[in-house]
Amino acid sequence: MLQDVIEAGNGDMIVNVGPQHPATHGVLHLVITIHGETIKKVEPHLGYIHRSIEKMCESLTYRQFIYVTSRMDYLSSHINNHACALLTEKALQIEVPERAQYIRVIMDELTRLASHQLWWGAMAMDIGALTPFFLAFREREMINDIMEETCGARLTMNYMVPGGVMFDIHPNFVQKVKEFNAHFKQKIDEYDELLTGNIIFQNRMKGVGVLSKEDAISFGCTGPTARASGVSCDIRKLFPYEVYDKVSFKECMATEGDSFARYVVRLEEMKESMRIIDQLIDNIPEGEIQGKTKAVLKPPKGEFYTRVETARGELGVYVVSEGATTPYRIKFRSPGFSNLSALDHIARGQKLGDLVAMMGTLDLVIPDIDR
Amino acid sequence: MSFIRQYLSDVISGVKSLLTGMRLTGKYFIKHKETNITQQYPDNRQELFAGLPDRFRGEVVMSHDDNNEHACTGCTACELACPNGTIKIVTKFDMTPEGKKKKAIDKFVYHLELCTMCNLCIEACPTSAIKMAQNFEHSVFDRRDLTKVLNKPGSKVREGVE
Amino acid sequence: MFSLENITNLVSTWLYANLDPTWALVVQFVIVGVLVISLFSILGLVLIMMERRVAAWMQLRLGPNRVGPRGYFQTVADTLKLIVKEGMTPDGADKFLFNLAPFIVMIVSMVIMAPLMFAKGFQIWDVNIGVFFITAVSSVSVIGILMAGWASNNKYSLLGAMRSGAQIVSYELSAGLAILTIVVFSGSLQVSTIVESQADGWWLLKGHVPAVISFVIFIIAVTAETNRAPFDLAEAESELTAGFHTEYSGMKFALFFLAEYVNIFVVCAVGATLYLGGWMPFHIGNWTSFNQVMDYIPSSAWFFGKTFFLIFVIMWFRWTFPRLRIDQLLNLEWKYLLPISLFNLLLATVIAIMGLHF
Repeated sequence: MLQDVIEAGNGDMIVNVGPQHPATHGVLHLVITIHGETIKKVEPHLGYIHRSIEKMCESLTYRQFIYVTSRMDYLSSHINNHACALLTEKALQIEVPERAQYIRVIMDELTRLASHQLWWGAMAMDIGALTPFFLAFREREMINDIMEETCGARLTMNYMVPGGVMFDIHPNFVQKVKEFNAHFKQKIDEYDELLTGNIIFQNRMKGVGVLSKEDAISFGCTGPTARASGVSCDIRKLFPYEVYDKVSFKECMATEGDSFARYVVRLEEMKESMRIIDQLIDNIPEGEIQGKTKAVLKPPKGEFYTRVETARGELGVYVVSEGATTPYRIKFRSPGFSNLSALDHIARGQKLGDLVAMMGTLDLVIPDIDR
Repeated sequence: MSFIRQYLSDVISGVKSLLTGMRLTGKYFIKHKETNITQQYPDNRQELFAGLPDRFRGEVVMSHDDNNEHACTGCTACELACPNGTIKIVTKFDMTPEGKKKKAIDKFVYHLELCTMCNLCIEACPTSAIKMAQNFEHSVFDRRDLTKVLNKPGSKVREGVE
Repeated sequence: MFSLENITNLVSTWLYANLDPTWALVVQFVIVGVLVISLFSILGLVLIMMERRVAAWMQLRLGPNRVGPRGYFQTVADTLKLIVKEGMTPDGADKFLFNLAPFIVMIVSMVIMAPLMFAKGFQIWDVNIGVFFITAVSSVSVIGILMAGWASNNKYSLLGAMRSGAQIVSYELSAGLAILTIVVFSGSLQVSTIVESQADGWWLLKGHVPAVISFVIFIIAVTAETNRAPFDLAEAESELTAGFHTEYSGMKFALFFLAEYVNIFVVCAVGATLYLGGWMPFHIGNWTSFNQVMDYIPSSAWFFGKTFFLIFVIMWFRWTFPRLRIDQLLNLEWKYLLPISLFNLLLATVIAIMGLHF
């Protein structure tokens, strides 16, 4: 074992973190060079969970390929589906009824809440606190139950169809979402009690893994990761889709760019998501839930691009259409991949224990990085 | 002197923040009977199945009535709609009483191991012959058990379904 | 007051009356050895069960509930599994050291039990340097951990062992200084004398502020010394998978695991002896009737009650706090705990010399 250390001569040690490692939440493989406890280099290796989703999508019709994208970022599967549905609607100029738009946005925000809750628990587990995981799951379970009742599944909801949503909302939906919001507004204080205020946690997070604004832009980071560095990049604000221009919400920003800023931005985002849901849930208009579409969707020849804000950042879908029933080429711009690329930069010079904390706050979902 | 005051206030605020967290977990420890959130799964099977929402997607089934008749005409709309090739419909030719050949379903083969429960086949079916069942306990010892034939043996298309 | 002293004296007299003195001593050794080993295994089972139950209740869960009534035989089943499991030695490991390490850790935690006073008159060895013996022997366990980390031929193990070495060596300072505070108050290193000195009140209550401060420091330091969260850097599972025992499996792993829990018991027992009066019942000044009622509770119940309360506190830490980083861990020791405990010792000495304590 120590042969390579001796050969290197400078005391550097190369450690493989992953593909099976408790901190990588999946099959991410990091080859790290450490000097004692200090990290000198982090080299992510991908490909362990590559399922060639882009290639698969090229053989599926515009109705079918939506559901494959649930398996990319499985924590915000609904938002992934949303991006694909938006693309088909843009290409074919399908009018989405207002009721469907409201439902879609509420579902998006519920998905974002569920994703952030899981992130909160998993990140706390990365830095050694095990109890937060169960608190997060207590709230997430309520969202999953709501999803199960209306969409028919708990994680990969498959609720989107081009032109609207698959079913109308369940009669209990409005009531249950309100109950959840009231419950979570109380319980989010416990998150602060248990973790945010904790001195050990603050020392672990503050000043660690600083990503400057310029670096965030040049690495192409999006989502809460970039917003914590002071980059305004919320697609919901910059390029509003559906009814995001009708609701008032704050784009959560911070300027420090360290792990704690990323943590705070995500907690704030949860509160903003609840505000959005509060504004929409009472005002869901009556009407159709699906726009008029043809049985076979054949977008015109050309290139189309849509983007949405997932829980992790900007998800872009780019399609080249040849006028056939299946896309000629499809490309996903996934947020996790760009965010991961910043890891090497922010981890250099930090301690080994911080690498795990940084990975936690970047909120990496491996199937999203490695489609 | 201000250095010492700073030092002491650091210590005190740090200890206070730790005690806040301990109060929360201590509260949960004492009230553990009320705060328990886990489902006792194999013990609560009855209530769990009864409480599953109607829309929950567990597996595709074909509904048969009392005369062992179903509504599937073998039009293969579901087979075309399926993104994963989960459904394979084998057709045969029945002889009608008038002596004409009529296309009918022989076997509705359903590969549960490939299914992602996306509901597209149900949406595509023009005669509502198939639907989603709520069963979610799909583990088997033999992989072949996951390939199912949905139409029951000896069943035929209900009269009047075109 | 109910006491085990009569029984132990009876056994001793009987042995010396009926046997040659050498053989009587040997028989006593055997009895003590059997008792310690059975206590070791019973403590392992009970503490692991307790930890799982405490964790579950704090985490909104039920905990083990499948094996036996309300899951109480879960740890027995786990032990059975570990016994029949293959104990693998990785290729390229230093086989001798690799297999020796778990035994060193285990033997150390057994030896520390010697000067502990489990009840009135129930002690293996009332050595006159009892407290010093405990601090001295407990520092040997780090050798076992370093050995395990080095011999595993695994980088994670090596990192974990190095962390553990740095951690235990530094936290022993403040643990020792915290113990010294009580030694200053009671004027003795002998465990039985320290317990006797608390007949009229526990040191935590009658030692003013220095006793309270040194109690807090003692709890923090022993949490670190036993490699428990939030100081479990040596086996930080999210960073180093399992730290120094990554490569161990089967019974060899179980020995590490058991030794960890027995160590917790031992340090909590030391804490209970020094600060909470050991087996001494809780007495309040002149409330004679109250004190008599307290005297009816057997001394072993007092000792184990206090010890298990401290164990619960340490478990409570584990299931609440996130883990520290290695440099923060050392900062906490050298910048906060050590200066405070040095100053505290000075204060305690002044109080003891002036006779200001009760």
